[in-house]
Amino acid sequence: MTGDHVRAAVDTAYRDEWGQVVATLIAMTGDWDLAEDCAQDAFAAALTTWPRDGVPRRPGAWLTTAARNRALDRLRRDAAGAAKLRELAVPARGEPAEEDIPDERLRLIFTCCHPALPFPARVALTLRTLAGLSTAEIARALLTGEPAMAQRLVRAKRKIQEAGIPYRVPPAEALPQRLAAVLAVLYLIFNQGYGEEDPRRALTAEAIRLARVLAGLMPAEPEPRGLLALMLLHEARRATRTEDGVLVTLEHQDRSRWDNALIAEGVATLDQALARRSAGPYQLQAAIAACHATASVTASTDWPQIASLYGELARLAPSPVVDLNRAVAVAMADGIPAGLALVDDLAASGQLTGYHLLPATRADLLRRDGRAAEAKAAYEEALELAPTEADRRYLTGRLNEL
Amino acid sequence: MKYALLICDDETVSPSNEELADDPVHQAWVDDLERRGGKLVGVRLRPVVDATTVRVRDGETLVSDGPFAETKDFVGGFVIVECADLDEAIQIAAGHPYARWGGVEVRPVWE
Repeated sequence: MTGDHVRAAVDTAYRDEWGQVVATLIAMTGDWDLAEDCAQDAFAAALTTWPRDGVPRRPGAWLTTAARNRALDRLRRDAAGAAKLRELAVPARGEPAEEDIPDERLRLIFTCCHPALPFPARVALTLRTLAGLSTAEIARALLTGEPAMAQRLVRAKRKIQEAGIPYRVPPAEALPQRLAAVLAVLYLIFNQGYGEEDPRRALTAEAIRLARVLAGLMPAEPEPRGLLALMLLHEARRATRTEDGVLVTLEHQDRSRWDNALIAEGVATLDQALARRSAGPYQLQAAIAACHATASVTASTDWPQIASLYGELARLAPSPVVDLNRAVAVAMADGIPAGLALVDDLAASGQLTGYHLLPATRADLLRRDGRAAEAKAAYEEALELAPTEADRRYLTGRLNEL
Repeated sequence: MKYALLICDDETVSPSNEELADDPVHQAWVDDLERRGGKLVGVRLRPVVDATTVRVRDGETLVSDGPFAETKDFVGGFVIVECADLDEAIQIAAGHPYARWGGVEVRPVWE
């Protein structure tokens, strides 16, 4: 067996099994640091053992057993650990059958995303313990220094221990709220990676992987599937979002370069979620993304359907940004004046003061309506508020076209 | 684990002991705590106008009127409860009437 082949097998196992090995070890020992250390040791052992003995038939079971035996050895070595072992009633060393290893990742993800932890710590902890990213990788991805990130992880793990945050899936009455917290963490990870600063797509790939795991572990809940569908549909269009550092709007993206396999998977995943007949914010956003992704040309976009989905989203999860998007859909479906009226109402409410997309949206609708002078003033206003270089380049381009 | 639940508000509502005893939400909270059997200590504090703060600086005892912290919310009472975990403590805290207008700070007891 070649070294490259084994290396690839260990890499695959790391991606697929790390979270489960750590989750199982935490369930067994209650010690997060010990769990991570022993998981690390197990993967190191795989690198030396697999070239000699071959890649095991079930790499996950092999790794979990190796990590578990390592933890037992380390606990036995000191008196406190030995006492803990008796208390935990851990069975003797050996090879547990595959069916004896329950999937503990759901407990791990709900604990990582517990609302008693600060939000940035939930994100970091999820990337570390479930996705297996190193502290350095997480720091780079979240634009933080490595010592600060290490500190954040240490504090979070300490709070779990000292404040008694339980390692479990919350009971039914608390589940909707707690699940929303988990989904928010995964979506933030995705969005962080969706920007230009992560060209390797590491974070979007991790977020999609985690959403897939969550959807698989909670088949009766439609929102995890809705989130997975939303991520897949966005990811499908990612390559066409910017060109030479300039933002390209949906209307002008090269649709032939969209990833059709991801779109098909996203739509199928959304259909599975919608079949449970319990719409939620992520399913609605995915349905909107699907309307765009399945229109072969801009002109065939189903704007009335998008406007109605935004209306439903505004009802379930009210937000002025959703209202702004709805205004655009209404303009495209019912005519520019109807949309502009909604934008003006929003501007009058003052909820989006300082948000560059408010004047940018107004400018765009005015331009489509042939009101060039007013559009120009609105573009200039948007340009002053635009936060990124890509936004500014896009707006300048539009302004010059007038 | 033991948790201290610090029952806080800004004292604008300030129900009397009798009003609190008649409040069905408070009664339900007391009953729930009783059922769980985990309460170790529980007291209501008089308002901050009756508070006195003591500091010792350079060997000198300084006594002043009012609470130590200049915050919007004051501790109006506390209970110490034995709970299975933080989620149980959060559940108990959420049932207290003050949680609806003030807040309940859940602090693990240092053991």
